[in-house]
Amino acid sequence: MSDTKKFMFVNRKAPYGTVYALESLEVVLITAAFDQDVSLVFMDDGVYQLKKGQQTKGIETKNFSPAYRALEGYDIEKLYVEKEAMEARGLTEDDLLVDVTVLSRAEMGALMDEQDVVLSF
Amino acid sequence: MLHIINQSPMNSTTLDSCLNTANGGDILLIEDAVYAATRGSATEAKLRSAMGRFKIHVLMPDLEARGLGDRLMDGATPVDYSGFVELTVSNKTSQSWL
Repeated sequence: MSDTKKFMFVNRKAPYGTVYALESLEVVLITAAFDQDVSLVFMDDGVYQLKKGQQTKGIETKNFSPAYRALEGYDIEKLYVEKEAMEARGLTEDDLLVDVTVLSRAEMGALMDEQDVVLSF
Repeated sequence: MLHIINQSPMNSTTLDSCLNTANGGDILLIEDAVYAATRGSATEAKLRSAMGRFKIHVLMPDLEARGLGDRLMDGATPVDYSGFVELTVSNKTSQSWL
C-alpha cells in the first residue's frame, strides 16, 4: 500500500519511575489499528522495559510488561534493542520478555534515518 | 545521615552528586535508582568503591517490580518498607537527591 508510512517509537525510559513507558505502549497499540509499518526501539533505560520477571505487587502498580508479548498479535513484530545499552545494564537477550533484533548504536542511527515518522518517549 | 536516591544512575547525575558530596552514612536506593545496585551493570563498580564510606540499602519492592529481585549486588542490603522507615528514624537527618 503506497500510503503506508514507516513509524518508529523510540523508548528510552525505565518502566515504572515515570509514565513514559506505559504511555508509549498505549500509543503503539492504537497505531497498530492503522496498518502502518511500525518499529519499536528500546535504547538507554528503555531496555529495562523488556526485562523478564517483573513483579509489581510490592509497589501496588499494574505490571504492564505482559503486553509486550501481545504486540505480535497486533502485527507489531519489529522490535529493536540497542546492544551497548543492554550490555551496560548487565542484560542479555535471554533476560528479555520477547524476541528482539539487537542493533549497534550506529545501526540504530541508520534505522532512524529511514523513518517517515519518529515518536519519542 | 541518610541519603535517598530515586533516579536512574544512567539517566541522571543524582547518584554521582551524592557520592561526590556526602562524607558517608546510609544510602537508600528507591524507584529507578535501584538499577544502580544490579549485578553486571556499569554502576556496580561505582557503588562498590563507595561501600567503604557508605552502607548501601536497596528497596526490594522496587527492585522486584523491575524484574531484578534476584540480581542485587553483593554487599548491598535489601530492605522493605518498614526497613525504609527504620532508616529514616535511626538517622538524625535525611537528604532526598531528587
